[in-house]
Order: sequence, then structure tokens, then C-alpha cells
Amino acid sequence: MIRFDRISKRYPPDITALTDISAEIGAGELVTITGHSGAGKSTLLRLIPAIERPTGGSLLVNGQNVGSLRRSALPYLRRNIGLVFQDQKLLFDRSALDNVLLPLEIAGFPLKEAKRRAEAALDKVGLLKRARALPIALSGGEQQRLAIARAVAHRPALLLADEPTAYLDADTARDVANIFIEFQRVGVTVLAATYDASLFPVARQLRLDHGRLT
Amino acid sequence: MNWIAAQRRAFLLALRRLAATPLNTLLSVLGIGIALALPVAGYLLLGHVTALAQGTAATPQLTVFLAVDAERKTAQAVEAKLKAESAVAKTQLLAREDTLARMKNAGASGGLADAIAVLPKNPFPDAIVITPADDAPGAIDQLAATLRNAREWRDIEHVQVDADWARRLAALIRLAKTGVLLLASLLGIGLLAIVFNTIRLQALTRRDEVEVSRLLGATDGFIRRPFLWHGSLLGLAGGLLAWLIVAGAVFWLRLPVAELASLYGIDLLLALPGPLESVLLLGGAALLGWLGATLSIGQHLRHME
Repeated sequence: MIRFDRISKRYPPDITALTDISAEIGAGELVTITGHSGAGKSTLLRLIPAIERPTGGSLLVNGQNVGSLRRSALPYLRRNIGLVFQDQKLLFDRSALDNVLLPLEIAGFPLKEAKRRAEAALDKVGLLKRARALPIALSGGEQQRLAIARAVAHRPALLLADEPTAYLDADTARDVANIFIEFQRVGVTVLAATYDASLFPVARQLRLDHGRLT
Repeated sequence: MNWIAAQRRAFLLALRRLAATPLNTLLSVLGIGIALALPVAGYLLLGHVTALAQGTAATPQLTVFLAVDAERKTAQAVEAKLKAESAVAKTQLLAREDTLARMKNAGASGGLADAIAVLPKNPFPDAIVITPADDAPGAIDQLAATLRNAREWRDIEHVQVDADWARRLAALIRLAKTGVLLLASLLGIGLLAIVFNTIRLQALTRRDEVEVSRLLGATDGFIRRPFLWHGSLLGLAGGLLAWLIVAGAVFWLRLPVAELASLYGIDLLLALPGPLESVLLLGGAALLGWLGATLSIGQHLRHME
């Protein structure tokens, strides 16, 4: 599903974020990326939906070379990927349901079908009762679950999560981690950057240290 | 989502955004409406003046004057020769005695009669009024030039084209038309600037939404669409306001203008913009709004790369 081949990423003037990364993630796997803060976990994740481009090596996602994709092709790459961001990036001017509707509208679902899927996604993360609530009225754990619902509403084959359990208390973190584990059980490929690999006991681990795989 | 559904979604979203910032919307629409009302009013007024000018300049005439000391026989000979010209449809000889009498009467209330009375002799020459066969300006000019210059017409002292004032009016109208066009262009650019800025502010307030939409796989077209509707609707609303301003002005000024015009013996009743003009105004305003939004959001998206 994803193949990193001697990937490197540098930022000008002289900062190296990733060096010589080669790894493969198969369809249906649950993989965690672990490592210290600044090891390059987020950077590695951001390469996959081409939020950033590698400066060396090649990255294949679903057989497509992401590094050389034209800008106009990026939207279609991203629609196959569910993204959960470290800072969640929820839109605070609209309800939880409308947040989850956004990727479905982008993907072009008719409104009725989009609503159905959005409610299904909210139900899956246990937020259906809060569908009309504004994100600001949700707790930290609920906001994180809302972000997950938005990422999976259009049923992508690949789910990327950057520190999905950061800022959550231990119990809530376990709940959130379990949601990802459940998605992997139904066939979704899950790749999560995390500081706490013990939350994902069944996952294969990629360990990063100063931009290198160990 | 098919094309119509996508447009519908963007249209409703644009309406919601317009309603979400009522003061901004109102100010933009006011700016656009007033900017458009000026050239529209100018255009309408010009239409009236043009129509009037066409009505009055319908029968241009030439007047030829003989020398003050020319004999009546000469005048009659010239008239007879003019009648034989193919370019001349009709002639009328104005004898100098008649002209003197008419001027005395006409000037009775003023000082003209007194002025004429102290003159030692009749200052008016014999004159012949010519109605040309062809009243195109070119033909009249050619006839006048012939009468002025040709040797056979050397008895004619002076040729006056009576349509001169009408042509001066026509030149003025042309100038005014250019002026209105210039005004419309300038204010059209002003409209673009208003919409450009409004959409820019919208895009800045919706920065997060644009960024998140991109990360979720939105095409630029998807992101742009509600902004384009936003701009078009602003333009349309501004056009509508301009129409209302002009209509209000027409109703308010209709009677006073008609009164003033009637003092000059002119029949002038201001009219509302016609259906075609109204559609052009609204369509043009919406189009300019769309264009302003296209430029603005395009620039913004490039900038956000």
C-alpha cells in the first residue's frame, strides 16, 4: 500500500528531518511510528498525502509516485486517505455533523447519502448524540473522536493519524486507540504516529531516531 | 455530486456567508450600487438628449446671403439658378425689406428696433433659404462648399449652414457619450476593486476552512465556487440597488424636469431603464462581481501555496 524507498527530507538551509527511510506498509496493516519528539514522525506522515514532498527517494502510495504527482492530482490522492491531525483542525464555526459532512461534500456524495454516512461515522466514535454540538462545546476526547469521525466518514482505505492520543488522559487515550484498532480489524490500513506504543499492542512498530529508522 | 448539485451547494453557502456578515454585505452592496447608478443615470439622460436632438435636426437648411448692395435682379437670378440645381429641393427668397420689417417687430420690446432705427440704411442683405435635396451632413457640406467657392456663384457673399448648431450638439453628445463610457469604465474598475477586497477578506476569515478543505481533498474549483457565487451575488445586489436608485431619481425628478423642459418648448418625460437595459445592467454587474471574485480568490489560493 505504501512504500518508502530511500526517502529523505531536508528543510532549508540545513536541517535534515528524514534520512534514507526505506519501509513498506501492506494493505490492512496497523503500524505505529514511534520516536522522540522531533524524530521526524510527523514529517514522515505528512509525506504520504503530499502535504510535504520528499527531497530524495521515492514514495509510492497505491502504486502512485507521490513525489512527482502534479498539484491538480493531489485532491484525488487525498480523498483515498483519512487524516487525523495532531491539532485536529476542526472548524469551530459549524456543528460536529457539518464538520464530518465536509469531506463527504468534497468527495461529491449527494447530501442525503452524505448525511447518512456522517451520522454513521459519528455513531462509530460514539458522538451521534452530540451531532448538533459545536466543537467548542466538546471535551478534548470528544474533539479527538470527532476528528476521527471526519477522517473515516468517506471510508478511506488508509487512515493516517498524528499523535491521536496526545493531550488525552490515560482512559480516553485507550478509548481513542481502540477506535483505530477496530478500524484495522475491518480492513482499513492504519498508520499512527504516537509517543506511547503501548496503546497499540497489536501494531507493528517503526522506530525513528533523529530522522533514521532503527 | 453532479454539477447542478455542486453549484446549488455553493450558492446556498454563499447566501449563508452573505447573511453571516450583514454589515459587510450591506456596505459592499451600497458601494457597488452607487458606483453603478452614476453611469446608468448618465446613460439614460444621454438617451433622452440624443432623442431630442434627432427630433430637432430633422430638416437642415442652408441660407445664402448676397452682398448688401446687390440688386434685386441679381438675387432673383441666383434663386432661379439655385432652383435648377439638382442638389436643391426648395428655395425661398427673403427680401431685405421684409427682413428689416420683421427684425423691427421682433425687436420691438428690446433695444433692437432703436438700434435699427438709427442706422442710415437697411443693414440686411437679400437672402435665399435653401432646403437641400439630400439632408446627409456630407451632401450639405458639399453644397455649401460649392456655393462658397465656385465662380458661377460669385454673387453669393456668405453661406450659412443652419444645421451647424445641431452638429455642435451632436458633437457634444458624442463627447458626453465618451464621458459616460469613461465614467462607466472607471466605476466598473471600482466595482471590481470592491468585490476583490470583500472576497479577499472572506477568504482570509475562512482561511482554516480553505486549508482543511484542501487537506481533505478539495479541488481548487470546489473551494473557489462559493466565493464566485459570493462575488456574483454582491454584483447582482449592487446592480439591483443601482436600478432602484435610478428609478427613484426618475420618479422624483420626472415632474420638475418636464416642467423645466416645457419652458423651453421641449417635451421631455424621463423614463425608467427599459427591460433590455435592466437585464444588461444586472447581468453586467453580476459578471463584474464574478470577475472580481475570480481574480481575488485565484490570487489568494496561489498565495496560500
